[in-house]
Amino acid sequence: MTREAADAAARRTTGPVLELDGAGLTFGERTVWSGIDLTVEAGEFLAVLGPNGSGKTSLLRVLLGLQELTSGRLSILGGPPGRASCCTIGYVPQQRLVDPVTPVRPRDLVRMGIDGHRWGLAGLSHRRETRARVDELLDAVGATEYADVPIGLLSGGEQQRVRIAQALATDPAVLLCDEPLLSLDLGHQRQVVDLIDARRRSHGTAVVFVTHEINPVLPYVDRVLYVAPAGHAVGSPDDVLTSATLTRLYGTPVDALRVHDRIVIVGGSNETHHHIERLPR
Amino acid sequence: MSAWTAVPTDDFWHRLFSFQNYGELLGLVHNSLIAGAVLGLVGGLVGVFVMNRDMAFAVHGVSEISFAGGAAALLASVNVSLGAIIGSLVAAVLIGMLGSRARERNSITGVLMPFALGLGVLFLALYTGRSANKFGLLTGQIVAVDNPQLAWLVGTSVVVVIGMAVIWRPLMFASVDPDVAAARGVPARSLSLVFMVLLALAVAMAVQVVGALLVLALLVTPAAAAVRVTASPVWVPVLSVLFAVVSAVGGIMLALGGSIPISPYVTTISFLIYVGCRLVGSRRGRRGWAQRSGVPADDLSVEV
Repeated sequence: MTREAADAAARRTTGPVLELDGAGLTFGERTVWSGIDLTVEAGEFLAVLGPNGSGKTSLLRVLLGLQELTSGRLSILGGPPGRASCCTIGYVPQQRLVDPVTPVRPRDLVRMGIDGHRWGLAGLSHRRETRARVDELLDAVGATEYADVPIGLLSGGEQQRVRIAQALATDPAVLLCDEPLLSLDLGHQRQVVDLIDARRRSHGTAVVFVTHEINPVLPYVDRVLYVAPAGHAVGSPDDVLTSATLTRLYGTPVDALRVHDRIVIVGGSNETHHHIERLPR
Repeated sequence: MSAWTAVPTDDFWHRLFSFQNYGELLGLVHNSLIAGAVLGLVGGLVGVFVMNRDMAFAVHGVSEISFAGGAAALLASVNVSLGAIIGSLVAAVLIGMLGSRARERNSITGVLMPFALGLGVLFLALYTGRSANKFGLLTGQIVAVDNPQLAWLVGTSVVVVIGMAVIWRPLMFASVDPDVAAARGVPARSLSLVFMVLLALAVAMAVQVVGALLVLALLVTPAAAAVRVTASPVWVPVLSVLFAVVSAVGGIMLALGGSIPISPYVTTISFLIYVGCRLVGSRRGRRGWAQRSGVPADDLSVEV
């Protein structure tokens, strides 16, 4: 067993990785969500679903320690969020357009994941170890080939692989992914999800995966947190993604249909449902 | 035949380049050369982040406001360097506080700059001293940099270089990867303010050598040239500094004999380096900077 796997195993025995207890968030008059009780165990794959504006991004910010809860409690590995989030949480942000002349290579991005937050110039002291670690991380996501190509010249799928390598740099207990599949084609979507899934199986890394589209991750998901205008629900996909539950969450008739191994959600009105699917070909 | 088509006379070239008694002249401006080199070092380093943070226009704004500060100091017959520094610090803090996002920053700069420029023009109009002093702040001149002034420049640059070294890594993180940097607890806002202050000091230095109108030639062009030919976090600052020093020192050396201000020499060298880097960069792009060794990346097996 590698050191990392041993660490992961140790974590597994110390209880839940992430715990929300009656968590609520209010901006002025507006309650974004409230009363969320949720426990995420090591190695668990949790999908966070919901329409735009339902507070998925706010939830992410809370987990990252960038936003305080207005009520309830959050603990990560048994402690408060915030400063500790530096090394216990790996973060894969939404893909943003990178200018082709931005002087950053995958190698540099991953390196930032290791020590980018430290003061001063990159020291010479641990140079060799850091370089080896960066190579190892890039290799693990299959990005060695383009490790020295400016990041702005990479395809979306390649960039997301590098992002995952960066997020894993501190060997985190939780991997927080914000719409990592956005703008990727189906093949790349599958590869990125495979990478994440492999990681949680080998290292017991818990995965919190924010998405508006459940189907690419449906085969991997253990549980779903669905946040919607009229409330939220936690449970297995089969429990949450049903007509009855969604109708309650949206406060308006919604149909959830299972077509082969996909779930198609159809709004009863013209309300916005952001993962309304085309039927599979 | 009109004067426009006339072949430039020897006199024209003589005004542009003259190397008579060059050795003696070089001895006289040895302070200016040191100032040029120091300025190149600082400009090249700061320029890397001006590029990464998309702040070229803000630099222009800070330099105009720094000019207004210098002009005010000239009018009040106090130290012009001090006036320039105060002007650019005020500008940098205002722009830094009011415009944290690029778009906001641009509009704030666009609002502050003409106002400051107008004030500067007013101060110069009221100033009754030597007219070369006036012109120098806008377009630069080889002032025989005296020892106290050189001490100012070197002192300021030491502060800037040390400051940049301390914040280099987290500032780079926050500049090129702001989302993840924030998630990792990098204090982006404070870093940004500290950087604005260091930038202000660098601009105030540059204003006195190349003039307010042309600060961009030392704070933007060299770094913009460097990122055309490399993406390495080590080579970008090294090349940027090299280009800036060559522009500043080379410009001063060429300007020595002629009767023309230093700026056209500095900006032309700087511009030619940029053109050269673009040519090299585009060749590199065509040959495939992104070239892979065969297997499409997507076919690589995946294991974590």
